[in-house]
Amino acid sequence: MIRLEKRPTPSQAWTVLTPPVAVLATMVAGGLMFAALGKDPFEAIRTIFYDPLFNDQFAAYSRPQLLVKAGPLILIAIGLSLGFRAGVWNIGAEGQYIVGALCGAGVGLAMYPSGSVLVFPAMVMAGALGGWAWAMIPAILKTRFNTNEILVSLLLVYVAEQLLASAALGLLRNPEGGGFPGSRNFQQWPAAANPELITGTGMHWGVVAAFVAVIGAYALLSRHLLGFQIRLTGAAPRAARFAGVNPTRLVVICLGLSGLLAGMAGLFEVTGPAGQISIDFGSGYGFTAIIVAFLGRLHPVGILLAGLLMALTYIGGELAQFMLGVPAAAIQAFQGMLLFFLLAVDVLSNYRLRFGTREVA
Amino acid sequence: MTDTLLALDGLTKAYPGVIANDGVSFRIAPGEVHALLGENGAGKSTLVKMIYGLVKPDAGRMALRGAPYTPDRPSEARTNGVAMVFQHFSLFEALDVAENIALGMENPPRRRELAASIRQVSHDYGLPLDPARLVGELSAGERQRVEIIRCLLQNPRLLIMDEPTSVLTPQEVEILFATLRKLSSEGTAILYISHKLDEIRALCDAATVLRRGKVVGTCVPRETTAREMAELMVGTTLHTPERRHRENGETLLELRGVSLPAATPFGTNLHALSLKVQAGEVMGIGGVAGNGQDEFLSVLSGESLQEPGRVFVDGVDIGALPPQTRRSLGVLAAPEERLGHAAAPDMTLVENALLTGSVREKLAPHGLVNWAATRAFAARIIEAFDVRTPNADVAARALSGGNLQKFVIGREILQAPRVLVVNQPTWGVDAAAAATIRQALLDLAGQGAAVIVISQDLDELMEIADRFAALNAGRLTDPRATAGLSLDEIGLMMGGAHDMEVAHAAQ
Repeated sequence: MIRLEKRPTPSQAWTVLTPPVAVLATMVAGGLMFAALGKDPFEAIRTIFYDPLFNDQFAAYSRPQLLVKAGPLILIAIGLSLGFRAGVWNIGAEGQYIVGALCGAGVGLAMYPSGSVLVFPAMVMAGALGGWAWAMIPAILKTRFNTNEILVSLLLVYVAEQLLASAALGLLRNPEGGGFPGSRNFQQWPAAANPELITGTGMHWGVVAAFVAVIGAYALLSRHLLGFQIRLTGAAPRAARFAGVNPTRLVVICLGLSGLLAGMAGLFEVTGPAGQISIDFGSGYGFTAIIVAFLGRLHPVGILLAGLLMALTYIGGELAQFMLGVPAAAIQAFQGMLLFFLLAVDVLSNYRLRFGTREVA
Repeated sequence: MTDTLLALDGLTKAYPGVIANDGVSFRIAPGEVHALLGENGAGKSTLVKMIYGLVKPDAGRMALRGAPYTPDRPSEARTNGVAMVFQHFSLFEALDVAENIALGMENPPRRRELAASIRQVSHDYGLPLDPARLVGELSAGERQRVEIIRCLLQNPRLLIMDEPTSVLTPQEVEILFATLRKLSSEGTAILYISHKLDEIRALCDAATVLRRGKVVGTCVPRETTAREMAELMVGTTLHTPERRHRENGETLLELRGVSLPAATPFGTNLHALSLKVQAGEVMGIGGVAGNGQDEFLSVLSGESLQEPGRVFVDGVDIGALPPQTRRSLGVLAAPEERLGHAAAPDMTLVENALLTGSVREKLAPHGLVNWAATRAFAARIIEAFDVRTPNADVAARALSGGNLQKFVIGREILQAPRVLVVNQPTWGVDAAAAATIRQALLDLAGQGAAVIVISQDLDELMEIADRFAALNAGRLTDPRATAGLSLDEIGLMMGGAHDMEVAHAAQ
């Protein structure tokens, strides 16, 4: 019989070891799954983890994609992690991402075809404000009427998707687009474009913002009283109230910050890699970022690494799809395994395993 | 008393990292009231759990009436005539007394017969109880009676009672003792666990003292002073807190008709509490648990806010101020629940020092945490209050209850409060550390602070408080000077015995 025994103090070693062990376990279990599907497991694993970065044929295209995909994931996940630390569950980052992109794009298009250097900064501000405002809806409903922020923020994603479709077809549609849905392409308007900053790296302003957010969140959590209050509220809500943390203020701050960053991510995406507002602009970054936040153990540096890893499995997964004919569902299952094993192995940092039969005390 | 009911021989039980019982041996004769004495963590609970079949010993033997006794589960203990009343009741509030009792029986009789036998037993032993009443409506003392009657219906040979008086008023304690004496005279042995020495001297025939899992002595309580027993328990000479002579100070804290609706369905409403506490005074607030102690503390800590004109410190209306602003004014509090309320279990002691210390110790100027200063503050607490911990970076939950209590109380005292409110300051703390904490509270008052001690330990309040008031169903009695206050008077202030005397008169 195996029993779990709570450790008096969380194990430092396991806290660090958990992610690599989970990745290894995912490779083993995923390999078995690919084998069961009739694919060579070693080749599949290599295609997912190795080829996107080092294959002679594909790496030139897929290596920059790593930062392009990881940037928004990290930026959104950093914001989410602050709330998750405090027990504020913003599940609707996808909606804030969309609304941020819509607001930023709308402000930009209103200035078309200005060539002012202020166009792009104004769009970033508008995108951040849009995401923030969308996140304020669950925040106010929660603090005023005690609604559940999980449900409200999640359902607002679907509202945001409708807004997106409506804007792409109507309000923001490109007047010179021949009636096709979708806005003007920002890539072709230098004042509003979010270009690749260093050729061949995939680095754009959104990736810069993600790195700044990582550093900022690290400083906030480790050095600032607000970060301490966030951690305290998540760890012991009653102790937090005793310490004088205002729960209403914290909910508003946490939801606001995560909405702000998600909105910025949306704006950087629409002006950069996506290029325009289109019906299928919502790409699921807001949901995947939840996995990234937890995969990174809600720690800024962990999220940075987890975002890169998650991006890698996306790119490698796509590669495996068209190289090996692995079904898309298998790739999703593979990504799911990663989170599953992470949470399973995570138990070991707070508990130790005891083998053998002993009576229940 | 030559024959033996229960003999324990070399009982040993080890848990990872701690030996809870180490070769414990003693005997209990039929009809004997045997006290098991020891500090928290001395191994009393583990020992009785082994006798009751909840825990299996690693080594050693037990014999009941000469036959080997190895209970695998509580039901086996009960069929052998061993019954136990736990410190925490296991009753369903939404069911009535008879239903609750039936739930704890192997083969409950039919309801009418059960009700009749409940009435019979409750009459015989002076424990009046109506089988048809809902448990949710009963007082703590009456709930304990349900548990006792549940045991008595099984005609036990040995009744184990774990800290039975911690929830009772003095009058209720007297009733319980009368019942226990009657049981003992009929030949039922009682194993009585407590750390209240005066009770043990009044009730018990013999005592076994445990310290760190070992039997360190036995004594006849009637022939031993409470101090000698306490020193046997602790293993060192005890220091009695000294009270300094006190000048009458100015009124520092004043409550004017504080009321508070209960935050939860099981909470207690506070009704129009009024109180004045002077600088340099220790005010003792007694009362049975659940009579509004937590709510009272929350009003002063700032977790519950009041409308204007209710709470004043130094003439400043603080009733609507949030906790941190109160701390900057010198109003500090230490709640009863250490893990999760006074301290965050998964955070380190350094982080827990920041929890209340950030304002007064200036640990986070401009919102930036000065971890070096915070670490130094935590180290000062650990040093001054002898907190046993490897270092300040361990999680709070890794500390024993008593050590964490020392940390939590020390954290507030070292911030030099002007008004300090503590709830159960020495709960679960060993006697030597309790003396340290009480002395620190007295010293604090000596320096001119107003100290409010909420406690269920009346001896503690009598020892350190200048005045005493009782919380009873959310109402506060008029404070009385502790000097010359008798236990009877205190009991009446705490709500008396819920009209229990009648039953004994009927015998």
